[in-house]
Amino acid sequence: MDIGRNSQGFTLLVGLLFAFLLAPVLFVFPISFSNDPFLAFPPQSWGFKYFAALPRNAVLMSAFRTSLALAATVTALSLALAVPAAYALVRLDFRGRDWLMSLFTAPLLLPSIVLGLAILLVFVRVDLLATYPGLVIAHLVVTLPYALRVIATALGTLPPAIEDAAATLGAPPFTVFRRVTLPMMMPGIVAASALSFLVSFDEVVISLFIVGPKLSTFPVEMFRYVETRTDPLIAAASVILIVATIGIVLVLERSIGVARALGKASQP
Amino acid sequence: MTVATFSDAPAATRQRPVAPLAAAMLLPIAIVNAIGFLAPVANLFRMSFNEATGGGGLREAVTFANYLAFVMDPFYLELVTRSIGMSLAITLLTLVASYPIALFIHRAPAQWKSLLTIVTVSPLLVSAVVRTYGWMLILGDRGLVNGLLTSAGVIHEPLRLVNNTTGVVIGLVEILMPYMVLSLMAGFGRLDRTYEEAAQSLGAMPWTAFRRVVVPLTLPGIALGCLLCFVLAVSSFITPKLLGGGRVFLLATEIYDQAIVILNWPLAATMSIVILAIFGLALVAYTRVVRLLD
Repeated sequence: MDIGRNSQGFTLLVGLLFAFLLAPVLFVFPISFSNDPFLAFPPQSWGFKYFAALPRNAVLMSAFRTSLALAATVTALSLALAVPAAYALVRLDFRGRDWLMSLFTAPLLLPSIVLGLAILLVFVRVDLLATYPGLVIAHLVVTLPYALRVIATALGTLPPAIEDAAATLGAPPFTVFRRVTLPMMMPGIVAASALSFLVSFDEVVISLFIVGPKLSTFPVEMFRYVETRTDPLIAAASVILIVATIGIVLVLERSIGVARALGKASQP
Repeated sequence: MTVATFSDAPAATRQRPVAPLAAAMLLPIAIVNAIGFLAPVANLFRMSFNEATGGGGLREAVTFANYLAFVMDPFYLELVTRSIGMSLAITLLTLVASYPIALFIHRAPAQWKSLLTIVTVSPLLVSAVVRTYGWMLILGDRGLVNGLLTSAGVIHEPLRLVNNTTGVVIGLVEILMPYMVLSLMAGFGRLDRTYEEAAQSLGAMPWTAFRRVVVPLTLPGIALGCLLCFVLAVSSFITPKLLGGGRVFLLATEIYDQAIVILNWPLAATMSIVILAIFGLALVAYTRVVRLLD
């Protein structure tokens, strides 16, 4: 059967390419149920050994708690900073709006490896290295552009006429914002939250530069584990992460659509 | 018409003096931007002119020695050419692997389109560490590929697919594919199936119709996707570090080693500026290509 106007041979080729694209994400699932002390396929024994071992790994668990708290803090601050900023940049009329928008989204243009080094070299001077506030600021640098862009886009598609109508009927500006603008922006805000949380929780390159022995994040510790040891523990951790991510994606998809959120947010 | 009248009329909210209000709303984000972006980048630029005195020592100076090393020292020169060459090869392979997917989605009926788009972009939401780890499981000496080939009796010695350039290229092509597909789809707007059918009904073979009609129409998307994937490949760190196993030396992995292991911050800063310069060159090339296409 042809899908749309694609021939059978072409459909087969695309099927193989999709298999290649999804292979690494799918393949951690069978390996996570291996009980072997090494990485091999097919595993010699199957079970839940490494899922059970995860909660007993103190380093990974502590990093996991740090990452959860960090992502929650960063998400809350991203919204607190991006919502008023987006409102000012989209709804208020003043000079230099486009310029400021470019400045605030500019961190996305820098590769993480460069931004990570740049932040390290400044943080080392002001004692922010391996501190919680330091990690929060570094993560905000990358989550704010996403949050700002998603919320500004959501706001930009709302017709100002409805707000104008509320104002004309006598509502004070802040009431207009709270009762009219904010509820209409909600899908954008939900998407920005989910995106900020995911970006912060998955952030690894910048964090690698600024974590310390006493304060580290989950992706950093996964990276270090994979770099030095070869057993299926990280496959079990990956499976849990992927399943959790699917949950967040469903929230994102219901509010504005994944493709739109990523397409709007991820620029070169 | 009523709506138009409302939005055309200068509304009460937009008549007040907005500058102080806007400043208050933008101040917090500006502070984070200054501390976490502007100051670090300015400092990074300054650092690239400092002098490393060995063993992590640092002397404030204005020297071009770090930049000269890139021109004089064959190791660093090769680092740059290898990074650029590998990234170009990865970009090309990503294009070849992504183009059929983008074309397929473009031609698919609406209900398939959104589902396939979600499937294509979903790997972007999975951490690069996890996806790279997945490739280590697939390509490792006792991984999926070697396991299947050995049990099928095709090979007796495992193929060396990780801890070398092969692994880095395979991993990065897969990691960059969603970006390429999205860029291609964004550029497929001008492509209508009827053009292809017209070419074929006029006697063109399917391959000729593809080469002479489809590809030229989708060149803007190809250029955009290639720019995006090239800059992402040049600056990628996690995948070359893990799948290269410390044996594939690229600019990004070298920045990390110089900054964290060797503690030569001026050189690490200079390498960062070199990466940004490569970005600039890629952007110039892209602009030229786009102007040529118009």
